[in-house]
Amino acid sequence: MNLTDDPHFDVGAYVLHALPADEEAAFENHLASCIPCRREVERLSKVTVGLGAAETSAPSADLRRRVLDQIATVRQVQSDAFASRRRRRGQRGVKLALAASVAAAVALGGVAWWQSSEAETAREQSAQDRAEYRQLADVLTAPDATISTHELARGGTASVVASRAQGRSAFIGSGLPPLTDDRVYQLWYAESGRYRPAGLLSTAGGREARVLDGPLGGATGVCVTVEPAGGSRQPTTHPLGVISVPA
Amino acid sequence: MDRGTGSQRRGDTQGRRGESADDPELDQLLVHAADGDEEAFAGLYEALVHTVMGLACRVVQDKAQAEEVTQDVMVEVWRTAKQFQPARGAARNWVLTLAHRRAVDRVRSVTAGRARELRAAVREQERSFDTVAEEVEVREEQRVVFRCLTQLARELRLPLVLAYYEGLTYAEVAEALSTPPGTIKSRMRQGLKRLYDCMEAGS
Ligand SMILES: [Zn+2]
Repeated sequence: MNLTDDPHFDVGAYVLHALPADEEAAFENHLASCIPCRREVERLSKVTVGLGAAETSAPSADLRRRVLDQIATVRQVQSDAFASRRRRRGQRGVKLALAASVAAAVALGGVAWWQSSEAETAREQSAQDRAEYRQLADVLTAPDATISTHELARGGTASVVASRAQGRSAFIGSGLPPLTDDRVYQLWYAESGRYRPAGLLSTAGGREARVLDGPLGGATGVCVTVEPAGGSRQPTTHPLGVISVPA
Repeated sequence: MDRGTGSQRRGDTQGRRGESADDPELDQLLVHAADGDEEAFAGLYEALVHTVMGLACRVVQDKAQAEEVTQDVMVEVWRTAKQFQPARGAARNWVLTLAHRRAVDRVRSVTAGRARELRAAVREQERSFDTVAEEVEVREEQRVVFRCLTQLARELRLPLVLAYYEGLTYAEVAEALSTPPGTIKSRMRQGLKRLYDCMEAGS
């Protein structure tokens, strides 16, 4: 058989936790964009759980108290799972597993920047800002998150992190050239040759991270155009870039 | 739930563990635990601790260390409970997958590779899977897993057992069995698929 270079072949070893750290991270990257492998992982995990539940053993009598005492002092991770993911990886001495990993790697810069700039402009974040941040974190850390990156025509890089499961996506732009006050960057969902408005970026240029307005739906890509201040209903200029979103 | 009665309660949970009908209940407990409900967490602990401990013992082969792993796993379950998504699988699976991960990390960090492989390979050969299957007094579906395991060809079974129960990487398995790593990877996948099919047919 000459099939062993095929990344799908790692699925068994992955489910058994038998891949070394670097290969595990690589396979998780593959998983992020391979639906058949995700399904197979789900199925095969049922087998390993069966193997794992085969034997039972009684711990010593005071373990229960030790655990319950300990959890009383342990803070639970909230659903914006950034801290836990980073900590867990740190503990395992690795790595970026990108369902979220590339997403996180690219985005961490973006999110960290976004968060600090929010903090600068408003010492106390409004409830709405916090909700936006949570939404962003949810998309970026979604187990099925995929990331696509594209160089834009007039400079700058645009990345789209999409979660089909959540039906949302996030845009992370960096190095966008500043625009004059009467212009704005606008995002669009592209679906079957049509464009749905998906929100505006700040006119400042530079870096920007936000969740797109509206549902991802069946969109196959995200476009960026320059529009008159306030935005348009349909693109009025040629897109600076079309970032495709994996199915 | 009173925290002081852990040891006395064990009898109850041991009896209840034979049923698989408590799984939705476990999912609920974990969801409540994610909201900071310590009592729900204690319920989840009682329902799963023997299984987690059993798996940890099997992999790390040392009761004191297995207990540390179990404690670590249970606290981690509490800490990250929010990440559990009922739609993507049962609480029981989530906890056991975490437990296996931690147990494997433990043996990899403490044991010198070569000695462990050989010890593992030898031990496995001495172990009759018919016996294991009989030891399994747990749930019917576990009994099915082991029946299926005994039916698996040795070349498919060994890589699974060495990796899952001994915590070897596929490369270590390959070395222990003097087989090319790529072949081991594909046998792992094939073996798990066969087990899956066999379990589906048997349940
Ligand atoms: Zn694949």
